[in-house]
Amino acid sequence: MWRYIVPIAVFVTLLGFFYFGLGRDQQTLPSPLIGKPAPVFSLPTVEDPTKIVSNEEFAGRPYLLNVWGTWCPECRYEHDVLLEIQRRQDVAIIGFDWKDELDAAQRWLTQLGNPYTVTVFDAEGRAAIDWGVYGAPESFLVDARGIIVEKHVGALTMQIWENKFLPKLKETRE
Amino acid sequence: MRAFICTLLLLTGTFAFAMDAEIAFDDPAQLERYNNLNQQLRCLKCRFESIADSPLPIAADLRRQVKELMIAGKSDEEILQFMTERYGEYVLYKPPLSSRTWLLWAAPVVLLVGGIVAAFVVIARKARLPDTDPADPGLGTS
Repeated sequence: MWRYIVPIAVFVTLLGFFYFGLGRDQQTLPSPLIGKPAPVFSLPTVEDPTKIVSNEEFAGRPYLLNVWGTWCPECRYEHDVLLEIQRRQDVAIIGFDWKDELDAAQRWLTQLGNPYTVTVFDAEGRAAIDWGVYGAPESFLVDARGIIVEKHVGALTMQIWENKFLPKLKETRE
Repeated sequence: MRAFICTLLLLTGTFAFAMDAEIAFDDPAQLERYNNLNQQLRCLKCRFESIADSPLPIAADLRRQVKELMIAGKSDEEILQFMTERYGEYVLYKPPLSSRTWLLWAAPVVLLVGGIVAAFVVIARKARLPDTDPADPGLGTS
């Protein structure tokens, strides 16, 4: 009797582990920042490096913080999606240009169009560490109370925007 | 052959030191602590390397952060805490024991004990069988 039960039990247990392992998204890591206040930064802008902007200036309204860089191929692909979000006027987008060259970033925005209300420039990547950024593109949705309510690692698509972000945005506006 | 091995050693050796332009700490004790901390932190972009081993810019930024926190007088726990608050528990190579990770920690012991029990059961059962196997012509023929 045991001769059959033990191997079958082991097999079923393994099967369970494999099933849940396959079903899990291995690439996206849960951000410990969701549900926490957005880290405050004060950084120069890409448009005018002598001007310092802080995200505290956006307190009281929701915004999308989008981490990008001209060195990041996926960001080029994502850019059209950001332009579309901006065209629909869903939410203000703050650009977060990470570890980039200033003139390349300025050229990028002039040539491809600028979906950002403002773009801050984090040349050294110090502010990015506070946000737990490890690879561009990354996008954070911050609600009117200044709480991070959603995060996406990798290029946004309209599908992700509509299914993952818009419901959260609607919730925060109610 | 000896020249080849020397070249190989030289090449790999310089690679290890070329990670950062300058040595983080002159004091050997501080440097050891710094390297030790870096080895405990995962490079999230590459996953299978610590920030001590990864050549990616993000790893360099995190090493710089570790160095600055050390200079600011933070303890090892405070530095690991700093990273966990921002990057989550996954940044630690050694996950803390919690309700979500107990199985991970218990797995080696469970597997070892399970294996020993299984071995004993099999051996005990075989021991009760007669020594001679009629199906094996090799027995008793030599």
